[in-house]
Amino acid sequence: MSPDATAKAPWLKIEPRREITRGLLYSTPLLAVALTVVTGFFIFLAMGYDPFLALYHFFVSPLLSFYGWSELFVKAAPLILIGVGLAVGFRANVWNIGAEGQLTMGAVAGGCVALAFWGEESAFTLPLMGLAGIAGGAAYAAVPAFLKTRFGVNEILTSLMLTYVATLFLSTLVYGPLKDPMGFNFPRSRTFGDEALLPILMSGTRLHLGALVALAVAVAGWVMLSYTIIGFQVRVLGQAPHAARYAGFSAPKIVWFCLLLSGGLAGLAGLFEVAGPIGRLVPTISPGYGFTAIIVAFLGRLHPLGIILSGLLMALSYIGGEAAQVEVGLPQAVTGVFQGLLLFFLLASDFLVRYRLRWRRPAAAAAQPTAAE
Amino acid sequence: MSPDIMASVLLTVISAATPLLFAALGELVVEKSGVLNLGVEGMMILGAVCAFAVTVTTGYSGLGLLAGVAAGMAMAFIFGVLTLTLAANQVATGLALTIFGLGLSSLIGAGFVGIPVAPLPKLAIPGVSDLPLVGPLLFGHDVLVYLSIVAVAAVAWFLKASRPGMILRAVGESDVSAHSIGYDVIAVRYRAVLFGGAMAGLGGAFLSLSYTPLWTEGMTAGRGWIALALVVFASWRPWRLLAGAYLFGGVTIAQLYTQGAGGIGIPSQVMSMLPYLATILVLTIIAAGPWKGRLNAPACLGKPFRPST
Repeated sequence: MSPDATAKAPWLKIEPRREITRGLLYSTPLLAVALTVVTGFFIFLAMGYDPFLALYHFFVSPLLSFYGWSELFVKAAPLILIGVGLAVGFRANVWNIGAEGQLTMGAVAGGCVALAFWGEESAFTLPLMGLAGIAGGAAYAAVPAFLKTRFGVNEILTSLMLTYVATLFLSTLVYGPLKDPMGFNFPRSRTFGDEALLPILMSGTRLHLGALVALAVAVAGWVMLSYTIIGFQVRVLGQAPHAARYAGFSAPKIVWFCLLLSGGLAGLAGLFEVAGPIGRLVPTISPGYGFTAIIVAFLGRLHPLGIILSGLLMALSYIGGEAAQVEVGLPQAVTGVFQGLLLFFLLASDFLVRYRLRWRRPAAAAAQPTAAE
Repeated sequence: MSPDIMASVLLTVISAATPLLFAALGELVVEKSGVLNLGVEGMMILGAVCAFAVTVTTGYSGLGLLAGVAAGMAMAFIFGVLTLTLAANQVATGLALTIFGLGLSSLIGAGFVGIPVAPLPKLAIPGVSDLPLVGPLLFGHDVLVYLSIVAVAAVAWFLKASRPGMILRAVGESDVSAHSIGYDVIAVRYRAVLFGGAMAGLGGAFLSLSYTPLWTEGMTAGRGWIALALVVFASWRPWRLLAGAYLFGGVTIAQLYTQGAGGIGIPSQVMSMLPYLATILVLTIIAAGPWKGRLNAPACLGKPFRPST
């Protein structure tokens, strides 16, 4: 089979759309989700699970309780925070894929503040931790920014390599200098004091202040992209780099902006994890939020408000994965498979946004069989 | 250092370099055709787990190798359908491939953690293999190590001297011109992408069957990404790739030996950072050096192409 057979088939014509309709742009993510669920059905079937039961526990049962909804926002908060930052970069063709590392460094920086003021019970500890988290993530993203703007080194590879370095750095700390002296030699820091933990929004849940911050950041990101000069420059640089140069926009400045912003937000997300659900520094802070946020950004169509929705959906894939593990015995790894599949389907359905498929009646096709050539 | 120890150190360097070499060589051909596949890590790890699972289940490492190659190619085919037929963004698709591959591999591998497997048979020629230093160094490897070096020579020849190789380069340098003089750009790229998948799968298979004959989740540990960096480091030249892969093999092993020695007082994690930091350093030197103008990147790298119908 020729891979490009469809383009030559006489009964089907593929032509680029002259303009992209918003309806299609925003409805194809739903199509991708639907296709993922259908594929999931068959994967569960092939693995020998009851597919209806598995899908029910994956996608429905977490949403039936109040606690489930609160957990949804706990998991969505880091995804939205990071996703918004990444989306701004992706809009400008700045490919920061090291958010996981920036998240780790933000957690380390903020966590160090918490441990440095351990036992002080000062009201300034938490705000200082927030600043340190942002600074830690942004400083870590500054490395690829510097290497890209100064030497032209590809930011994809450098930011990703730094992720491995960050994980090892965190591990050095919790196995070494930051290890809890009373912790029976477990690789983890002291538990943060109450003053260094995020306020809980609703008692009985783990829903913390970070979720509100994430929503606020998404709204601010939308305003920034749509209504400010820098947001405009970001969009122009991504869509028409030559136009951006003629307009006198400084590409290095925009690269720096995108990387510092996404790094800072990832760092803040990392801090929220250690000052929220985890409460101390441990060797692994995130179950891959930094990578999943890449999918969140695309699924949300690189639009901050869309990212709120896609962040919640991907949060559901984490919670659903856990629920399905407990209830049906599905391996946790199913979550990663689902996330990958979803991005595949989304990218595939993009084709429908950019191209128009036109069916031709067989008679017309037979009359002009080589018209496509 | 006695010849015996030196030989065994060099042996480990070679086997640390081989999976990188396979994956990077495949990606080099892919990029020469103008396609950037960032999913090397995903193809590699799926190759690793499939090769391991099939070897454990059937008892034949040969079948395992084939399974690894097939898994890499299957992943590459998904990438091809999305980026070549459906003209999707190559960066995003490559990332999706990696995320998907990591997830699927731990799903498949869940039942195989901790099972040992007999490593691939080594080539042993009676008499010659026992020569000091030279013997083990030249004749002490498994077949895949020799295959990887033969593959470098073959790819170098293919790209430089063969007609399909020249067409492939033409497609990578200017897809529009290649299309207008009648070459099927998409078909050429499909073949290159599938070759890249096969090689990444083979590299993964080498990891789980020979380098560390075990399956552990996430065992590629960024090697697919280092392979991508190696292609840049080698300026898209196969023989330089060989040198680069062995250099990185050396860094990996040096790091392991210093960890083993343990006397320097540096935490082992800091030593483990070395290959990743070396990658960044090497990329920076390549980008910043005086040879900047001759970087040799294919002109159409990463640009989607759809023939107008």
